[in-house]
Amino acid sequence: MSAPYLEIKGLKKTYNLKPILRGIDIVLDQGKCMALLGANGAGKTTLLRILACLTKPVAGTAGIGGLDIGQDVQQVRLLVGFVGHQPNLYDELTGLENLLFFGRMYAVKNARERAVTLLQQVGLARRSNERVGTLSRGQLQRLSLARALLHSPRLLLLDEPDAGLDDEGIELLEALIREHTGQGGTTLFSTHNFERAVKYSDQICMLSGGRVVYHQVSNDLEAGSVRLAYEEALR
Amino acid sequence: MTFLSQIQAILWKDIRCELRSKQTWMSMGLFALLVLVIFNFAFDLRVDNKAAIAPGALWVAFVFASLLGLGRTITSEQEKGSMDRLMLCPVDRKAIYLAKLLGNILFISVVEIIALPIFAALFAVPLFTGELLPIVLLGTIGIATIGTLFSAIAAATQARELLLPLLVFPLIVPVVIGAVRATGALMASSVNEPPWLGMMLAFDVIFLSVSLLTFEYVIED
Repeated sequence: MSAPYLEIKGLKKTYNLKPILRGIDIVLDQGKCMALLGANGAGKTTLLRILACLTKPVAGTAGIGGLDIGQDVQQVRLLVGFVGHQPNLYDELTGLENLLFFGRMYAVKNARERAVTLLQQVGLARRSNERVGTLSRGQLQRLSLARALLHSPRLLLLDEPDAGLDDEGIELLEALIREHTGQGGTTLFSTHNFERAVKYSDQICMLSGGRVVYHQVSNDLEAGSVRLAYEEALR
Repeated sequence: MTFLSQIQAILWKDIRCELRSKQTWMSMGLFALLVLVIFNFAFDLRVDNKAAIAPGALWVAFVFASLLGLGRTITSEQEKGSMDRLMLCPVDRKAIYLAKLLGNILFISVVEIIALPIFAALFAVPLFTGELLPIVLLGTIGIATIGTLFSAIAAATQARELLLPLLVFPLIVPVVIGAVRATGALMASSVNEPPWLGMMLAFDVIFLSVSLLTFEYVIED
């Protein structure tokens, strides 16, 4: 039996002495997709930010592809693609320039070719030479997805990636996640949409008050039953 | 990707963004000019007191204008969230610091190039000598070195506009004193002046070393 690709043990985080994560344990195998559900403030974003090495836990460990996020930070960063709440792009640069800049940061080979391919994939080829500041919220989200995939990460961390996307964008997101997992990539994404959580993922994990309160393989689940479990967990 | 190409990529990105937004250069340049004009009217400049007043006015204009730009260095990235994105990249944090520092030195230098001839004309002082170049360069490096580090600290706080000058002013005092006295010595050929340039160089080296060693801990959460 192979080792899990993502292994989180007893992860804790506090902000100004307020506990945000109170001991998270999650295991996810390579090529699998997990949906994180939970109310606002449940700790989903904090968990994803810790895994992306943007913030440090106060206790516990997390391993990605056999690397420790506390010890092997730079190697972990190469393995992870992250899409946050905000697009976090440079408004003054064009979409293509943004991707080329991050391509250089990740030392992506044939960065221009890869950037152009991704821009086509996310439906922004025509607007690739327009400044990011002129793009709509949905287009920015698409560009964020392209940037997260630029260096071909093995673990995709998506924090509410469906926010601001229209129907076409949602389909695109699903296709990108399926393609990523199909190629052996692992995905962990947070959402407030139960249907999408069930549809995209192999496993559902629910957080409440910084703890895992529900964890289920979702192949045989329906959105309705997940919603019921969610309401039960929040009581 | 090598350390130098990381610096180059971030610096190029910052320059390109600044050339397109023009926010920092414009505000810094205008502020420096306003300070010089106000000082020119505020002081009763005579031939005998010019050498004592003019260098101070020049460096106050440079320091205040620099702080405007330095405040935007990390803050603008932090506000847009692009700093998080940069932090996600497997880039040496020293490269981020050095790129930001070089950008700041460049932006401040442009403002100085514009402000110096105007200063020379307003205060009627002959400043265009080769000896002024190392003074301005070392003074600018000192201000930018400390300012870049502390803009990262201030960016993480709520009262960043207030905090940055409070943190930076006391620390750049040695460099500013050195720069003012060295500039004054150029205007009035005084004797027995301490080696201001050497002192500024020493402070720059110390500030740069400390900043390089601490930036990672300042910027990481």
